[in-house]
Parts: sequence; structure tokens; C-alpha cells
Amino acid sequence: MTDLQIKGLVKAYGPEAAVLDGLDLTVPGGALAAVLGPSGCGKTTMLRIVAGFLRPDAGSVAVGGRVLSGPGAHIAPERRRVGIVPQEGALFPHLSVARNVAYGLSGVDRTARRARVEKMLELVGLAGYGERMPHELSGGQQQRIALARALAPEPQLVLLDEPFNALDSALRAGVRDDVRAALRATGATAVLVTHDQQEALSTADLVAVVRDGRIAQCGTPEDVYHRPADPWVAGFVGDAVLVSGTADAAGAATAATALGRVPLAAAPAGPREGLVLLRPEQLRLTDAAPGEACGTVTDVRFYGHDAMATVTVEGLDAPVDVRVPGPVPVRPGGRTGIQVTGEATWHPAVVPPRACG
Amino acid sequence: MTDPTTGHSADRPAAAATPLAGRRRVAAGRRPSPVLLVPACAAALLAVLPLGYLAVRALERGPAYAWDVIADDRTALLLGHSLGLTAAVVLGCLVLGVSLAWLTVRTALPGARIWSVLVTLPLAVPSYVAAFTWLSAAPGLAGFTGSALTLTLVSFPYVYLPVAAALRRTDPAQEEVSRSLGHGRVRTFLRVTLPQLRPAAAGGGLLVALYVLSDFGAVSLMRYDTFTRGIYTSYRASFDRTPAAALSAVLVLMTVALVAAETRTRGRAGHARTGTGTARPAEPAPLGRLRLPALGWCGAVVALAVGFPLATLGYWLAVGNSATWDPGTLADTSLTTLGTAAAGAALTTLLALPVGVIAARHRGRGARLLEQAAYAGHALPGITVALALVFFAVRYARPLYQELPLLVCAYAVLFLPVAAAATRAAVLQAPPVLEDVARSLGRSPLAVLRTVTVPLAAPGVAAGAALTFVVCMKELPATLLLRPTGMDTLATRLWTETGAGSFAAAAPYAAALILLAAVPSYLLGRHRT
Repeated sequence: MTDLQIKGLVKAYGPEAAVLDGLDLTVPGGALAAVLGPSGCGKTTMLRIVAGFLRPDAGSVAVGGRVLSGPGAHIAPERRRVGIVPQEGALFPHLSVARNVAYGLSGVDRTARRARVEKMLELVGLAGYGERMPHELSGGQQQRIALARALAPEPQLVLLDEPFNALDSALRAGVRDDVRAALRATGATAVLVTHDQQEALSTADLVAVVRDGRIAQCGTPEDVYHRPADPWVAGFVGDAVLVSGTADAAGAATAATALGRVPLAAAPAGPREGLVLLRPEQLRLTDAAPGEACGTVTDVRFYGHDAMATVTVEGLDAPVDVRVPGPVPVRPGGRTGIQVTGEATWHPAVVPPRACG
Repeated sequence: MTDPTTGHSADRPAAAATPLAGRRRVAAGRRPSPVLLVPACAAALLAVLPLGYLAVRALERGPAYAWDVIADDRTALLLGHSLGLTAAVVLGCLVLGVSLAWLTVRTALPGARIWSVLVTLPLAVPSYVAAFTWLSAAPGLAGFTGSALTLTLVSFPYVYLPVAAALRRTDPAQEEVSRSLGHGRVRTFLRVTLPQLRPAAAGGGLLVALYVLSDFGAVSLMRYDTFTRGIYTSYRASFDRTPAAALSAVLVLMTVALVAAETRTRGRAGHARTGTGTARPAEPAPLGRLRLPALGWCGAVVALAVGFPLATLGYWLAVGNSATWDPGTLADTSLTTLGTAAAGAALTTLLALPVGVIAARHRGRGARLLEQAAYAGHALPGITVALALVFFAVRYARPLYQELPLLVCAYAVLFLPVAAAATRAAVLQAPPVLEDVARSLGRSPLAVLRTVTVPLAAPGVAAGAALTFVVCMKELPATLLLRPTGMDTLATRLWTETGAGSFAAAAPYAAALILLAAVPSYLLGRHRT
């Protein structure tokens, strides 16, 4: 089991263009971490530095205690034992599947090599495909072979660079599960770079949200979703309902908002004015009853497994989204009451969120 | 079908002139590994050696003496001849190239597709072969008329190809808008279509100018004193090397200026077409009453540029007999030509490999400089490269003088751009991420080059090698100056026999040359389709 430690990584392509600005990330051995961020946040640059294709301006990268990049140290990509699975697989088009998988096994004798290739193909569920050429495989199969190729030399760390991007959505979930199973089976530490929050939350053990070249939050998928570090993270990893509120007297974990009194995950410290953050599924539509928050339904969007109702609430500037499981009891224009279930997170920041969604 | 842009070639291939077109995103911060850098620098050094040494020799007896040579009346005469011939040929090529391109691409010309292949065939005819056929049929053509006629007929495809490509690319919607705004067909052509063709026509015209200034075969057979012929005669006539070197330096200055200008038009042409995307093909313009004259025009050009040389060659082959030529000598000469060209192609391809890989994979000032140095041969007329190598060998490498290795080196300098451009294009086909993956799987840069980059680029590199082989085989001036005593290639033999007026004796060599050059050209065409 080898852990990945990234400390204070800085990389700039010019005086004004810092791509990484002191990025820290620790991935425990055997874990699958997702690095999630909007395009241009520096996640691909980070990946290329860890793989050894780029040198950082400052900071260090260590795997299993061995410094790969750092002040005065730069280990060549071929000596890092860090495997990569690029976008669209990037199989060598001139080599058969078996020879692709065997590419990293130089210095291994023939029988051992053949056995290892067989084992890897079996691992990704493509046993018997060894003699095919890459162009004879579907996109999902190519991606799984690319993983087998990366895993064959038993790397200490596997990097996956948006590997499911090129697949159509029907195929994506299946390939994602296979990749996850294969990584689990080998116990390899892995870093998955993606801009798809659903993919990050559903696949990874650990989600690191990157913003402007730094980690904005790192935690389990549940943590990041239910206890986001700030409104921006909340908006980036899912749909968010943000309402301003006033915290109750010190020590109490509740706040007064236009949606009524809301229980908080933790008693707020600091200023009493702030933002209360809820998820749309924490709101429930009720029959408008006196003493409850009320509003007018302005829009209903149906998704199949659930629906989203947009409600303009008296006393709130922006409408709120309510996720409705099952049949939708309201229609646009109708009146409805809103109830809050579960706990909200409290964000003392008075600054409005910069970007949501 | 043969791809007209690559399947056939002339002494100065157009493919060599695109060192900077269409780069793919290359990861920043990567330096070329020494495995590539050292041989690439060696290749670049070899490529600029003639240029440097020419300057050294020209100025050896002091700038004043060199200036006296250049300021001579004879130089003015050569300059006048060279510039006049260039202007006439460029003008002729523009008329032929643009008119044929418009007829074959944009009009309802019967058999337009066949015509568009036929009019590129002259690229396969070396200038001295064309000169031989015209001279043998009409000796009175010798001089300006013959030179201009011959060179126009072999080089107009350099204008035709880019203009036809530009015509295929331009968006017909613009012409339709012009028509809907009340402009007629002719006015629309002049005000909308023609201005868009200007960059392509200018680029082609500059290539033709470069071809004419560098050409030795046609002008020397036609006995028309241009710079190249002047350099050759003053080298042969005198032991004083300064005149030949100084004239060469002046010629190189002119060709370098042309290449620089051509590169600039290329850049602008690229700009002009961004954003058009894939336009829908234009509706062919009906020719109406002009149909027969248009067919006649295409037919006449093809007859003069392709039909006439082939027919004349056939005639001389038919009248020839064992008294006029010896089959044994022909076989020997063919074998020598093949061997020499193979050696030239092998060395050139080997040297081009690191240059092409660096050009495709690395950016930055150093890499660009290296690439440009390797492209020096594109601007150097064969006669000047040969002369520089002769001077260099006589002084520093006497044992190499008039030996095969020196000739092979000259081929490498002259045709490095051909092979390097092919390698670069081939490497660009393979995405760089494959090399990243290979590195991450534990292979060293050299192993990655061997197992990934080279195998993927191999078909393109092989095509470049074949093209280099063809141009080496057809090379005349450098071979003439640098060949070992007593050795003949098909080109030199053809030149000698034609110069002596023995046309029937020359014909078999011309036929053998065209046949031998056609084989790789045919294979290249098959590879591309």
C-alpha cells in the first residue's frame, strides 16, 4: 500500500498565469481519489506533474515516502512506477491488445509476461481479446485495456485522466464500475481526474475539489456533498439551496430563515449573520399551512426518477429548488408550503457565492 | 488513383516548403532528449555548411575583390537573363495554372477529373528531359524562348495545385451573395474569387521563381546564360574560385529571399482560410459556347507539356539502333543511378529522422532554429551546394574530392527538407500522449522512440524516403560536379549526349530515367490512397 503526498505544488506558465497555486493533497494507500474541478482549474497540470511529464515550480510529490518531484529532485517518468490511463485510452495502434498490455513488462521473461497479460485481461473482463488490434475494440473495451496496460507492471499509483469522457452515457456507468472493481482487486492507489461531479461522488473513496489551483475541500463523497466547505463547493458538487439566515443565541445549532427555523449540523461560531445551505432533496412540498413557509410554484422539470420544482418563497430574493420523488402534487402557478428535513450547513461568509452549478 | 500533390515530384518538391504549418499542441517544458538532439544538430550543421563555406570562399581574397567580380558587366548580364527568364516563366505559369485550376475545379468542363490529374503530370518530367525533347525537335529554340517554354511547361503545376486547392476550399456562398447583389459572373470572379486566390497563386508563383532560379538542366542545354550556367562555366573555365563562389553567393541571396517571401505568403494564406470550415462544393459554372475552346486549351497544354515529350522520346527511341547506343552501358548507368540514389535517400532519411521528430514534438526557439537550419537546402540551388562541397573537400577533405560519399552528402543537404517534412508530418499523425503512456510504463526515451514513435511514423517516413530516392535519381548539377571520374548517372549521361547533339543516343537514358522514377512515384500514390 503506497500513499500519495502532494505538498505546496506551484506551476505557472508565465508571470500572470499560475495554474497551480500551492496545491496539497494526500491520498492514503489503496484509496481511489477523485480530483474534481471545472476545466482550467489545474487538475490536468497536477496529473502531468505527478506522472513526471512536467516539472513543478515549487512543491513536492511523494509516493510511498519516495520523493518523485521536489526541490532538486526529478525522477524521469519511466522510473516513477506511476501508470496513466489517458482520455480515450491512447492504446498503441500498431500493437495487438496483448502486446499493448505487455508493453510495460520489459525485463520479465516470456512465460511470466504471458501469464501476467492473461491475468490483466481477465481482471478487466476481456480475457481472450489478446490477439485483437485496438481499432477492433469498442470505446469502452479500449478504455479497459488501457487500464490493464497501466496496471500490468504493478505501479505504485495509477492516474486516470477523465477516462470516461469519450464514452456515451449508457456505457459510462458500466465501464466505471469495471474500472473501480479492477482497481479494488489490485489494491492500487489511484487518482481519477474529472469534471463530472456525479462520476466523482459515485466512484471515489475520496473527493478533492480543486478551485484556482488549490484544493477547496477534500473528504469522503458524503462529506463533500453534505458538509461542503463553502457555497462554491456546494454549488459545484450538486444542486444547492442557499438562503440567508440569522443564527440563534450562542450554543444553539439552529438558525432562523425565510424557510422557518432550520437545524444546523454544528453550532455556528463567529458572526450571527450568514448563509444556510440545504440540498433540494432536504425540502418537502406540503399543503400550505399557516405558520409554515409558503410560496408559488413557477416551474416543474420532470427527470423520470424524480422531479424538480422551482418555488418562489415570500421573503427570499431567489427562488428555491425542491426535489420531489414520485408523482408531483403541484403545477406551475399553484401555492405550496415548504418544510425542511435534516440538517443544514452554516456559512458565515457574507460574500455571495461566486458560481453555482 | 495517384495523389497529384505527392505522387509525382520534381527536383524541387513543394512539400518541403511547409515546415511550420499546422502544429499540434505540444506539452510545454519538455526538452528534446540528447538521443535526438545530437544527431539533429549534426544534420542541421551539415545543411548549413555549404552556405557558410560559400561565404568564406567568396570573401577569401577580400570583400573588394569579391565586389569587383560581382560588379562585372557579365554579372549584370546574368542577372538580367535570370530575372527576365524568371518573370516570363512565372507569368506563364500563373496564366496556365490559374486558368486550368478554374476550368477543372469550378466549371462543367467535360472530364474535369481526368484533366485535373493530367495537368499535374508535368511534375514528373525533369526540366532537362523536357529541354532535350524540345531541342531535338527544334534546335532553333535554344536560348530564351526555349528556356522559357520548357520551364513554364514543367513548372506550372506549382501554381495549379495550390490554386485548385484554394478554389475547392472557398465558400461558394460568397460568390452567390455577389451574384445576388447584381454582379455578373465575370465581375464576381474578378472581385470576389480572384482576390481569395491571390495568396495561393502568389505562393505557387514564388515556388516557380525558386525553381527557375535554381534550374541548371534546362538553361544549360538551351545554352542560355543565367546564374546557374554562369557559375558552372566560370568554375570550369578558371582556377580562380572566387568568381564562381561570389556568383553563387549572389544567387543564394536571391533564392533565400524567395523562400522567405514564400513562407510569408503561406502564413497569410493559412489565415485567410480559417473559419470557412468545410464549405459545400460549388455548383459548376456552365461553359456554354466556351466549352470547345476550354477543352482545346486544356488539351493543348497537356499535349505540349506531357504528350510532346513522350512522343519525341518515342520517336528517338524508334530511330535509334545499336549503333547509336549500347544496352550494356545503359544497364550499367541505370544500376549506378539506382545505387547512388539509394545511398542518398538512406543518408537523407536517417538525418531527417531526428530533425522531423524534434520539429513535430518540440517547440521553442532552439527547436525552431534547428528545423530552419535543416531546411536550408530548400533555398540552395544544387549547383551552389555542389560548388561549396567541392571547395570544402579540396581544402579540408582531399580524399573525398570526387568520391561517392561527397555526392551522397550533397544529396543529403539538398533533399533533407523533403525527408524531414515527411517525417515531421508522419510523427504529427501519432498523438504525443502515446509517448507519455510509454514513458509511464517504464521505457526510456530511446526505447519509446524505437517502439512507439518510429513504428507509427514508419509508413510516412518510408514515403519520404521514396520521394527522396526519386529526387536524388533526377538530380543533375550536383551530380555533374561531384561524381567520381568516369561515373555517370542517367541524368548526367542524358545531359552529355544532348549537349553533344546526339539525340538518339540520349533518348534511352531519358526513357530509363522516367521509367525508374515512375516506380516509386506509383508506389507513393498507392500508399496515399
